[in-house]
Amino acid sequence: MNLRRDVFQAIADPTRRAILMLVATQSMAAGAIASNFNTARPTVSKHLQILTECQLLEQTQNGREIYYNINAIKMKEVADFIEPFRKMWDDRFNKLETIMKQYKPKK
Amino acid sequence: MELKTKINAENGKQDLVITRDFDLPVELLFRAHAEPEIIEQVMTNPYTTAKLLKFEPKKHGSYQLASSDAEGNVVFRANGTIHEFSPNKKIIRTFEMENTPFGVQLEVYEFVPLTDDTSRLNMHVIYESAAQRDEVLKLPFAYGLNMAHNRIEEIFKQTKIN
Repeated sequence: MNLRRDVFQAIADPTRRAILMLVATQSMAAGAIASNFNTARPTVSKHLQILTECQLLEQTQNGREIYYNINAIKMKEVADFIEPFRKMWDDRFNKLETIMKQYKPKK
Repeated sequence: MELKTKINAENGKQDLVITRDFDLPVELLFRAHAEPEIIEQVMTNPYTTAKLLKFEPKKHGSYQLASSDAEGNVVFRANGTIHEFSPNKKIIRTFEMENTPFGVQLEVYEFVPLTDDTSRLNMHVIYESAAQRDEVLKLPFAYGLNMAHNRIEEIFKQTKIN
């Protein structure tokens, strides 16, 4: 059995993020997605495969074309997953800002 | 409400960049990283109290920070060495969580004035490997789960007694 891809790494790649942005509003065929990039078609296919394997994209067969659309539920899961790290820093910085706004120099 | 802190962590890389704009002049932003009492206040949270056991803010200096729970047990300790300490400009230091497998990270803090009353902090954090970075990135998520788990355990312990 294949190990499931790390969603976290999948979403950190700039090309894959661009693909997710493209299909965010409409489902698109592989060819149409690839035409948005200067990279070779097989490279784009590989990215699509990775995004599909970690369930960020869903495939639908339409005639002889495969269409890709975003899996909103999975996307939310990923956003939630990275969020605690950002939240931890944001809380810390908010606190720092509050303390320093009331700061009175010692001398 | 949108978080003011931005984090950029690219795939397969062993570093990340944390950026935050502050409603503070750059001098105050830097001071918050230079005065031990303020560092302790910032690092203290509702569950743990932070204390700097050692703090030498200068080149070749080092620091050690410990966090204790309500009963005074040390639950977290970290240390590092300071490589550069340029007031209102830059801090370069290492950071290591003691007794953990997360290794040592190199941190470059850049303090940038935006206007007279606002400033930006750019933090470049470099880890020993990409895998290690991802583990650290997942820590607060795991910690959140753990805290929830501990709370449940606590509640169960209390119900058992009587």
